[in-house]
Amino acid sequence: MDFNDTPSEAAYRARARTWLEAHAPKKAAVGDALAAAKAWQTKKAAARFACIAWPKEWGGQDGTPIQQVIFDDEESNYAVPPNVFQIGLGMCMPTVMTFADEATKKRFVGPAIRGEEVWCQLFSEPAGGSDVAAARTRAVQSNDGSGDWIINGQKVWTTGAHFSDFGILVTRTNPGAPKHKGLTMFWVDMHGPGVTVKPIHQMSGESEFNEVFFTDVRVKDNQRLGPVNDGWRVSLVTLMNERLSVGGLPPIGWKQMLELARTFTYGEPAIRDRALRERIAEWYVTTEGLRHLRNRTITALSRGETPGPESSVGKVIIGQQLQDQAHAAVELLDQFGIVYDEALSPMDGAFQRLTLLSPLYRIAGGTDEILKNILAERVLGMPGEVRMDKDIPFKDLPTGR
Amino acid sequence: MNFDFSDEQKVLQSEARKFLEAHCPISRVRTVLNDDAKTHDQELWKGIAGQGWLGAAIPEEFGGLGLGHLEICLIAEELGRAVAPIPYAGTVYFLSEAIMLAGDKKLKAAILPQVAAGNIIGAMATAEGPGALVPAELQTSVSAGKLTGVKLPVIDGNIADLCLVLAKEGCQDSLFLVDLNAEGVTREMLKTLDPSRDAAKLTFKAAPAQRLGSAAGGIALVEQIFDRAAVLFAFEQCGGAHKCLEMAKTYALERYAFGRVIGSFQAMKHKLVDMYVKNELARSNAYYGAWALNTNASELPVAASAARIAASEAYRFASKENIHTHGAIGCTWEIDCHLYYRRALQLTLVVGAPKLWKERLVRHLERRIAA
Repeated sequence: MDFNDTPSEAAYRARARTWLEAHAPKKAAVGDALAAAKAWQTKKAAARFACIAWPKEWGGQDGTPIQQVIFDDEESNYAVPPNVFQIGLGMCMPTVMTFADEATKKRFVGPAIRGEEVWCQLFSEPAGGSDVAAARTRAVQSNDGSGDWIINGQKVWTTGAHFSDFGILVTRTNPGAPKHKGLTMFWVDMHGPGVTVKPIHQMSGESEFNEVFFTDVRVKDNQRLGPVNDGWRVSLVTLMNERLSVGGLPPIGWKQMLELARTFTYGEPAIRDRALRERIAEWYVTTEGLRHLRNRTITALSRGETPGPESSVGKVIIGQQLQDQAHAAVELLDQFGIVYDEALSPMDGAFQRLTLLSPLYRIAGGTDEILKNILAERVLGMPGEVRMDKDIPFKDLPTGR
Repeated sequence: MNFDFSDEQKVLQSEARKFLEAHCPISRVRTVLNDDAKTHDQELWKGIAGQGWLGAAIPEEFGGLGLGHLEICLIAEELGRAVAPIPYAGTVYFLSEAIMLAGDKKLKAAILPQVAAGNIIGAMATAEGPGALVPAELQTSVSAGKLTGVKLPVIDGNIADLCLVLAKEGCQDSLFLVDLNAEGVTREMLKTLDPSRDAAKLTFKAAPAQRLGSAAGGIALVEQIFDRAAVLFAFEQCGGAHKCLEMAKTYALERYAFGRVIGSFQAMKHKLVDMYVKNELARSNAYYGAWALNTNASELPVAASAARIAASEAYRFASKENIHTHGAIGCTWEIDCHLYYRRALQLTLVVGAPKLWKERLVRHLERRIAA
């Protein structure tokens, strides 16, 4: 039991460090973040560090997942721009590479890995967040003999749609079939006619996600990914290819809470408050538990094993913990906790910001409840949910409104 | 990164599990639980001595196997899973570790081979009644090599041969080694929440006592011993907690209500996942504790605290929700759930309640931040 790299991992780390030291930015870019992200991606792709585990012919290194983890760890020591390519390269491209024809792959993979074109994933809809297979966006094949499909409907919670060039899209092609059997997947041009992107104004004031409207959008039949009405199977490939995530660490944790408690008084210095001290200990233990769970996952990767869905453990607890910490922090400030002003609030208002952001953490990327179902079913082997909608034609399913 | 046990260590663990399945089925635990006069399973005790588990971490020159602490972590996990009714902790985590930490060569040669052979049972006596130990209020005292005072509860106090006793000498607190079979020691059985384990009230009246470690170094030595023990107890707790999850899962997949197995209800699935999540966090913290223990890292006090807090919470939760999953039948004497529930409580309190460890942890973190 140790935390050391194997000799070959150490050699890879040294190689990554050397390259990063020569090329990675030491100071965060000011101004156009997207342009900075694209420029950094182009550099990484040229050195084949963009998608390390991909085959060489598609711009990778034929590397291993552990090498990607090592590079990511090292890269996090530099002031690199935020990675806006994770969904495109982690989920969309593997789907394109599995289901598209050669010409399509040749057209898209290169620009995607170099960061020249950004992709988004158009799955969630107003009527189906957790229930992705309930997609209502309609694709109808035109009867003009072109074989083209006409798409109408709405997607929602699409990360990065406002700066994406292309997307992969789940549509309903046969409403007469049960819901999982009438879906078809396409790739679409986000700049094409009939596509409207509208940012979602989150309760936190930020806009990281979008609504995307499709109005008579015409796509070629060769933009179809996989067979007609087989879109559910295709989307499972997308979701399975979710970028091998060993999980990051939360932005705010026990350390910030301890610092806050040392700085402020609540009658007496807040750090003397027994109840708060106990909670800080509990937050520390959870955070450390997750850090070492990650170390166990990395160990499995290092041995060439594939980590299972147990890596969802972090997602199940961290949203709630961040929300609890944010609430504890603003309560600690007492009446002043309500003040949300970067100039006046401690840590530039990070805790106040977190009170407003954390509700979404427990929902985005799979709600706590859906993740618990996944863990119960795939890790513990419990029965799947009883489904009322399995054998009923999609069009006959109750919708509420 | 190799944050895992080695293949050899895992073989040792699976051998330990097989041995305990054969020699410590839950029916054997019940014979101790059901009989007020029975303090432990003597046959099992001999058996594990024969397996070399008592001397696993003791160097070969003192009659042990000369393995490391990682090996006893895994043995501890299996003992926890089996709810073993034996004085392993007092003998190995307390006595053996204390002698290895603070004993001179002569003392090691006198005691460690006897421990490894299964001839000596150890115990540790710090508490003197309700509430957390406050050094300034320590009543037990030593004068001219004679110990006087009352300690309770002392786990395995009725069966131990040698006991580590925290006491005052003048105004300094020190740790003393006391032969419980010598004169001046009275033992009384205590009724506890976990009758599968022995506990005693020890009354000392001028009992001969030998200081272990430096004068005034008692509390510091106890903390060192407790840190090491906390990691090993954490593995026992992980073993028990995992067994509870298995039991709950098995029952939830067998028991039908409303025409379906109860494990198909989301409330039950989510409960089992809550158990699983706590167990995984406990295991991860325990692994880090094992690393710190085995390498004697300066992180040990923090790692041990985290391991203890997480494992206490995991076992507490898993053992109570295992009962709940079984429904009313889970509250009967006949069903095994309560054995784990009792042991979970025993292990949560044995080297101080989680509240105490949380406070210790935060004190260490404050120092780290200030540094």
